[in-house]
Amino acid sequence: MSILVNKDTKVIVQGFTGKEGSFHAEQCMAYGTKIVGGVTPGKGGQEHLGQPVFNTVSDAVASTGATVSMIFVPPAFVADAVMEAADAGIELAVIITEGAPVKDMMYAKAYATKKNMMTIGPNCPGIITADECKIGIMPGFIFKKGSVGLISKSGTLTYESANQVVKEGFGITTAVGIGGDPIIGLSYKQLLPMFEADPETKAIVMIGEIGGDLEIQAAEFIKHNITKPVVAFIAGQTAPKGKRMGHAGAIISGSAGTAQEKMAALEAAGVKVVVSPADIGKAVAEVMGK
Amino acid sequence: MNIHEYQAKELFKKYNVPTPRGHIAFTPDEAVKAAQELGGNIWVVKAQIHAGGRGLGGGVKLAKSTSEVRELASQILGMQLVTHQTGPEGKLVQKVYIEEGADIKKEYYLGMVLDRASEMPIMMASTEGGMEIEEVAHKSPEKIIKVAIDPLTGFQGFHGRKLAFGLGLAVEEINTFIKFASALYKVYMDHDAEMIEINPLIKTGDGKFLALDAKMGFDNNALYRQSQVNEMRDLSEEEPTEIEAGKYGLSYIKLDGDVGCMVNGAGLAMGTMDTINYEGGKPANFLDVGGGASAETVAKGFEIILKDPNVKAIFVNIFGGIVRCDRVANGILEATKLTKVDVPVIVRLDGTNAAEAADILNNAGISNIVAATDLADGARKAVAAAKGA
Repeated sequence: MSILVNKDTKVIVQGFTGKEGSFHAEQCMAYGTKIVGGVTPGKGGQEHLGQPVFNTVSDAVASTGATVSMIFVPPAFVADAVMEAADAGIELAVIITEGAPVKDMMYAKAYATKKNMMTIGPNCPGIITADECKIGIMPGFIFKKGSVGLISKSGTLTYESANQVVKEGFGITTAVGIGGDPIIGLSYKQLLPMFEADPETKAIVMIGEIGGDLEIQAAEFIKHNITKPVVAFIAGQTAPKGKRMGHAGAIISGSAGTAQEKMAALEAAGVKVVVSPADIGKAVAEVMGK
Repeated sequence: MNIHEYQAKELFKKYNVPTPRGHIAFTPDEAVKAAQELGGNIWVVKAQIHAGGRGLGGGVKLAKSTSEVRELASQILGMQLVTHQTGPEGKLVQKVYIEEGADIKKEYYLGMVLDRASEMPIMMASTEGGMEIEEVAHKSPEKIIKVAIDPLTGFQGFHGRKLAFGLGLAVEEINTFIKFASALYKVYMDHDAEMIEINPLIKTGDGKFLALDAKMGFDNNALYRQSQVNEMRDLSEEEPTEIEAGKYGLSYIKLDGDVGCMVNGAGLAMGTMDTINYEGGKPANFLDVGGGASAETVAKGFEIILKDPNVKAIFVNIFGGIVRCDRVANGILEATKLTKVDVPVIVRLDGTNAAEAADILNNAGISNIVAATDLADGARKAVAAAKGA
């Protein structure tokens, strides 16, 4: 078991024939992901990486039965691509592209929600169900199959945590990189109940960072709805106020959105919060009773 | 990206958001000329820097004659203006805005920002004009009225009424206020703004609303389609090392510790700073070198980190994902040939071919490069090296 995606998930790639799209689609296929085609307007009818290319997402869905789209188009075209996917009946769009304008994402997400399409990202590493399906840019080999679910705003911290969890002798069910932009798709609050319901997931690791209040909402949610142990790390305890730390959303505005505030809320909700990210693996071992 | 008050007011004027009249001046002569052109007998001389709290810092002064305008402009131009937002070293004032005096009957606060919870822009108003809004939010949150505006339908009359009645405006003032607020919403949306702050918004003796101050910040991801805003960028207001880093696709922020950090990925970069802190050290910077971590970017990273004389050791923490660690290790060695690095460098590489990478570093025979086995080990070694230096 896993959440959202598995070995049978049919995936198309928007921006299939571009440099990034090609490279990562190939890596995903090598991992075992069922990439059943891609979309590049004007290149419909061609073949790329042994799969059909379509002019529109609608054509791709009609012909392949894909339910998930992995989006690699340039930032200026992200909103258009997301809305096209939603319009074509895609169930989940995984938006890898970095640098999409906030206003565009505001429109795109509102439209996706109206069409009942879930989104992950933008500006994220994607989603991976260990040994089954990788939809994104993460190094697949780190994610050995196991019993820990992972939700993270940061790409490299996802790899770091997964690596530690695996080194402690556990593995990953599904890892989701939700991205660090101000407007993102699925977040902790939507993903936590999925892991709670997944019989294979025994513990959950959540990686947050400064800015916004998604982690505070998550803490509130965990307190009332999650029975599985949760380990958390919040990046940016040493970040100065008012400075954007790489991710568009990682900024302490005034006194809101600090790591300390989030850590306290999570601790109060019974979450095992680690101060150093080097202790994530050990904390997982601890909550798993090893 | 932020712009100056006078630039924000230029954008306001184009959208019929009323502001007092004013002119920008770079010299005392220009300041006097600006005052003469504006006419009247009272002017405000306002320092233009990207920071709030200018008035309290002595950067905003009232002049009652053109000779006083000259005197004040000479004082303010060239001063290092210190406010609660500039840091103790302050910011150099290179231009002043000369504005006509206004007849202030009452001061309000009006602002716009993206509300991440509702995923919509919100407009906020308060009767506590002139005060720090953070402070108002903390002490008396009930005095801030907020409306979320759905971008699909835009600003509606009810948004304006909710704010206006909340502010306790008189019935005959409401339409004027709604016109103001609705125009402001358009300024925000049309320019991909991420923040507008008017503090204070004033009501004049004759019942008009004027933006007495104006602050605007923009979504960097949207600057490619905002040429007018782009032209307003004032590089002299930004940290030179941060600008230089940006040119090479690096994201750098200077901090006040002594352990330099070079990391791939923003989250891991913050996490590395936190680990250094946890191990008893102080990070000297945030630096995200991005996914690739090639010899050129690493060399540039070293160069930027070493511009800070406080740096006593550098911790390079790279989680090689799809990029192979042995390649990164060779890149680091090459980088030390491109840039002179005379402090200890602790390198932690994890991911594909991590063991080979450690061998490459250890066998290179460079005395100040030390390989670390994991994040905690690397942070400990870097903190110890900084303390021993």
